[in-house]
Amino acid sequence: MRDRGIILAGLAVFLGLITFPAWYNLARGATSKGPELKLPATEKQCVAPTLYMRRSHMELLVNWREQVVREGNRTYRTPDGRIYPVSLTGACLVRCHIVKADFCDRCHSYAAVKGPYCWDCHVDPKLVRRNAP
Amino acid sequence: MKITRTGFFRLTGLATLAQAGRKLRAAAAPKRWAMVVDAQKCLRDRGCTKCLQACHRAHNVPQFRERNHQIAWIWKEPFERAFPSQRSAYTAETFKDKPVLVLCNHCDNPPCVRVCPTRATWKRADGLVMMDWHRCIGCRYCVAACPYGSRSFNWVDPRPRIAELNADFPTRTQGVVEKCTFCEERLARGQAPACVEACPDKALVFGNLADPASEVRKLLRGRYSIRRKPELGTQPQVFYIV
Repeated sequence: MRDRGIILAGLAVFLGLITFPAWYNLARGATSKGPELKLPATEKQCVAPTLYMRRSHMELLVNWREQVVREGNRTYRTPDGRIYPVSLTGACLVRCHIVKADFCDRCHSYAAVKGPYCWDCHVDPKLVRRNAP
Repeated sequence: MKITRTGFFRLTGLATLAQAGRKLRAAAAPKRWAMVVDAQKCLRDRGCTKCLQACHRAHNVPQFRERNHQIAWIWKEPFERAFPSQRSAYTAETFKDKPVLVLCNHCDNPPCVRVCPTRATWKRADGLVMMDWHRCIGCRYCVAACPYGSRSFNWVDPRPRIAELNADFPTRTQGVVEKCTFCEERLARGQAPACVEACPDKALVFGNLADPASEVRKLLRGRYSIRRKPELGTQPQVFYIV
């Protein structure tokens, strides 16, 4: 039992290390509540139910992309009859989520989603207006 | 109104059916987009680049000074290079060495479409040779296949070289091929292509070849026209009145 001190100290260091993420988050004030999103002021309902959008917005956007580019169909009728142009920058970002950083980016950075690469090509209209002379 | 999951899918299905119906109706009234370039009118003002500027601004086309990086949807080519079969020692002075406006010919038998391994480029029912930049893998088969040099490849990131970003149109990324799309996004809104609209001399005429009463058909009926490299059998749909 001469090594009791060393063993206990080692155990303490080990426990400290593996529980470090929990302590770190506690100290930083991070919670499991999720990111706080700024919801659009004017519209109450997205083009699809919130739950569907939260889970499958990427699929909807991919479908929209196929619809416009390959089929040339540029209007979307929501299940409750509202009509939107099928456009990421021309509808989503202009009508509702005007500040991309307050909506898209907040959730993506919380979930550590790398990308998406939409913005490598599509232009955030807000950025263009800010850069305009 | 509460939307259930089933209801959502049902309505989406109905919308798809409605879309199919609309397509059927469109098939009944055929369309074949084409352009007629009045080369003599265009030559009148040698310095005019309004159409090139309008196109490149509308589509976020980057401007590179390095020749091997250059990207163009529409540009000017010396007559004898645009129409090599018309070349002779006695080419008319009016055309010899004069710049002619060239762009994608939206061929009826497009070789670029045949070689694309991902169907990132394809011919639409209305004759447009479209591009899906999402799908382009940058293999450049189409660049090699196009006998008109209408396709440009982005060797480097084009964004920093775009003078004035247009938020209504995407840019491209490095490793993607691009070309003229006959302003398909403007056609969808019922507008004429940007170059046609920008031409002060109305030297560019755009219209539906399938409609005998259209302006392009009237022009082609009344005037003699030539096409670029017709001997290759690509059936280009940009006509030049000479």
